[in-house]
Amino acid sequence: MNLHAVQIPFHPFVLPFTIGLIFLVFYIVGKWIYWVSQFSWEDKKKIIRGFFSLKTPQAIWEVFMESLLHRKVFRRNALLGYMHMSLAFGWFLLIVFGNLETRFFTHGRINPPYIPIFFEFFEHDLTSLDYGRFFTFTMDLLLLFVLSGVGLAYFKRFRSKPLGMKNTTKHSTIDRLALTALWLIFPLRLLAESVTAGLYDAGGFITNSIGTFMMTFLPIQHFYYPSWWAYSIALGAFFVFIPFTRYMHIPTEILLIFLRKYGIVEKAIHSTYTQVELSSCSRCGICIDACQLGSDLGIVSTQSTYLIKSIRYDQPTEKLIDSCMACTRCDQLCPVGIDIASIRANERKMIQLFQENSYKYINGYEYKKAKVAYFAGCMGHLTPSVYKATLALFKKAGVDYNFIDRDGSICCGRPLQLAGQEDAAKQLIEKNIKLIENCGATVLVTSCPICAKVFTDSYKLKIPIYHHSQYLLMLAKEKKLKFEKSDLQITYHDPCELGRGLGVYDEPRELLGMAGKLIESANSRENSLCCGGSLGITNISHEQRNTIASITLSELAADKADVVATACPLCKKTFKSASENVRIADISEIMLDAVQENANKIQSEFVQEKEIETIHN
Amino acid sequence: MSKTVAIIGGGIAGLETSIQLEKLGYDVTLYEKDKALGGHAGKWDRLFPNRRHATEVIDSLTSRIKDKVQINLAATVNQIKRENGSFLVEANGKSQKADAIVLTTGFELFPANKKEEYGYGIFENVITSAELESMFSSNGKPLMTNGNNPAKVAFIHCVGSRDEKVNRPYCSKVCCVTAVKQAIEVKEAIPTSDVYCFYMDLRMFGPGYEDLYKEAQVKGVNFIRGRLSETSEMEGGRVLIKAEDTLSSKPLKMTVDMVVLMVGMSPLPSTEKLLKDLEITPNNDGFVQVKDYHLEPTHTEADGVFVAGACTGPNNITDSVNAAHTAALEVHKYLTSE
Repeated sequence: MNLHAVQIPFHPFVLPFTIGLIFLVFYIVGKWIYWVSQFSWEDKKKIIRGFFSLKTPQAIWEVFMESLLHRKVFRRNALLGYMHMSLAFGWFLLIVFGNLETRFFTHGRINPPYIPIFFEFFEHDLTSLDYGRFFTFTMDLLLLFVLSGVGLAYFKRFRSKPLGMKNTTKHSTIDRLALTALWLIFPLRLLAESVTAGLYDAGGFITNSIGTFMMTFLPIQHFYYPSWWAYSIALGAFFVFIPFTRYMHIPTEILLIFLRKYGIVEKAIHSTYTQVELSSCSRCGICIDACQLGSDLGIVSTQSTYLIKSIRYDQPTEKLIDSCMACTRCDQLCPVGIDIASIRANERKMIQLFQENSYKYINGYEYKKAKVAYFAGCMGHLTPSVYKATLALFKKAGVDYNFIDRDGSICCGRPLQLAGQEDAAKQLIEKNIKLIENCGATVLVTSCPICAKVFTDSYKLKIPIYHHSQYLLMLAKEKKLKFEKSDLQITYHDPCELGRGLGVYDEPRELLGMAGKLIESANSRENSLCCGGSLGITNISHEQRNTIASITLSELAADKADVVATACPLCKKTFKSASENVRIADISEIMLDAVQENANKIQSEFVQEKEIETIHN
Repeated sequence: MSKTVAIIGGGIAGLETSIQLEKLGYDVTLYEKDKALGGHAGKWDRLFPNRRHATEVIDSLTSRIKDKVQINLAATVNQIKRENGSFLVEANGKSQKADAIVLTTGFELFPANKKEEYGYGIFENVITSAELESMFSSNGKPLMTNGNNPAKVAFIHCVGSRDEKVNRPYCSKVCCVTAVKQAIEVKEAIPTSDVYCFYMDLRMFGPGYEDLYKEAQVKGVNFIRGRLSETSEMEGGRVLIKAEDTLSSKPLKMTVDMVVLMVGMSPLPSTEKLLKDLEITPNNDGFVQVKDYHLEPTHTEADGVFVAGACTGPNNITDSVNAAHTAALEVHKYLTSE
């Protein structure tokens, strides 16, 4: 056959591939148009504005870095990153070079897609081609690149640990079928091209040598057509599988990257964006290892990947929705950047257990008038040493504060939010906003990251909100507090709601650095572990919580440190319950120990508070 | 040559076992980590249900120990090794041979600062039941840190008992009746005081316990069914407590002068190491697992290792004495059958 001829060559074996490709292209284009059309007018405006802005090239760059190079996966594990990169980027380069090769050969003519894919079938002798040797060499090299990834993927099925994964996702039958098709594509390409290269003494350094070698003992002329047919069928089958399997993530992730760049986010209920996110999940299973329910308790069937899959295809079970500590570690590690926390939160909202008037009975609270309002919250009241130390420091700094919820408060609403009880949470939030606004504060400081999170996200207060670690640091920077640094070895535990929840990582560290020497553990900051006390989960036992807490404590290098510092009353309580011989302290307690001129430290702290009325029963 | 039995722990169970084994003709090595014998009971003022002085019981036990018992005080047993069918017990760097072991290591009081919301170690007038006993021993009555008599005292039952949140899901048995006893004592020492007991259930299982409970009610002790939720400190070191009265389903706030936490019995951490040496697994609550709860309550899984007293779980003095008798007899059977 001669490609130089005007007539475009054809052979029936290209049909499975071509039909599969046409189906896939129509499906994806149709789906994308459908999705985009379903967006709200607000979101559509964002898409249009974003499209004609710098965000588009930025998104293209991100597609290159993430969808092809898999930068985030690389960061997790180099071998796993290489596996993904060789498959995605290698395949991409094969397509690009294949097209270039055929373009060169046909002098710029636009060919049907099957020509570059099956080029070796249609044209055996490439010696006459400009840069022919370069192309045959490059194409073989790229095929080797992809095959190395396929090899790693085979290997990962049996032993995933060297690729940084303890657990891998359990896939459904159709996913396995698609996987089989994918795994067959490149070995079959190698076979078809090698057979052809052997028969015609063509091909590059790999295909030629394999082909020539096979010829020595195999009747490869009989393999010629079957191998090309098989290669085409594997490709076609894979394309047809894509829309119905996890491989839909390949095209969808590209759309997701653009939408995210244009500023589209998850809403208070599932939206079209959710649909795009659900289809973007590759079920890689990185979230399984990220989850402490798996690593610490052996619960490996309820992780985000399974929830997403179940929302995409059917109705998730209660267990699937509830089995999550809302620590958001998986959010941080998801290579696709799916907003898993919001999806799960919205899923939890489907069942509202409270009524409009559930909290009507709550009345009679009045917060104390204050400029600097200190709010201990429920958890703060359960750890009196935390507020006692914080207020002692305020006093030393001469802060004109008032402990507004000293005599009681309304729950901030965050625990209900975490349980998906949005309506009930709103009732509490509205009541609490009024009480806080009425106290006339210009600054609100809380010791509880759980309160701080909901104050920041849902209260829309006009005054600044600080966690006490932030506020104490401000006081230190204003020289209102001076600390004496000692040899105390401190390891700091990032509370979920303060760290990943509010992005407060540096302030507590800077503050603790003024009191002693900080030891960083392997899992800190964005990757920090949950203490196990999470309010986001209700279906694990206290024993299981203790197991998580113990493991987290050991990960915190608690044995090397004199004290485990945290900045959350709930973390402190949980750790204290699980540990018998490690000192656990809130950051405020450590800072109070280190504060200068604190001769009569904590004593008689409350005796001076004349405004407190004695309550009689 | 007579055989030697090592007894680890010189509380009620350890003393009674020593007495019995000595009577049976054995040499006994008794190890006590403290400087004095008597264990927790030795530090108690008076005992339920008849409120006799604890010293009476301890003195009676110690007086019955004769010279075939080698008493090692301030001796912490660090290791027990098996060697040619007998044991090598190492304490304070010195090893001694023993043909059988009786573990009578007892318990520790639940570290009350683990329930931080109750304010122990944070608020000055929050004390434990053991500290109240010391106050009775030294002053004959409870005193606030400022030296005043408390006008209002609240006893909090089940601190570190029946509480999954602090890893102690089991009942400590003796704290209910102890609280009732102490409530009466406070009432008697300071007749004008108001005394409250916050309880979940009142488990008055022994002879005379129920009578004591009735006596408390007659004397005006208030019993409120409900667990404490939190405490905070008020002016003058008074303590504000929040609880729920679960019989009337109402939340409750009360300011008291003193809070007494009825701390439960917890497994002693140092026992754990010895169990490892002897290849005995602790039970679910962390205490020593006995071989057969009904039929062999003083045997362990390990051959030649016997057990008595509160190291097998919460116990009262009578239980410990009974177990000590049984253990002594079982040791005798074991050593004569060889």
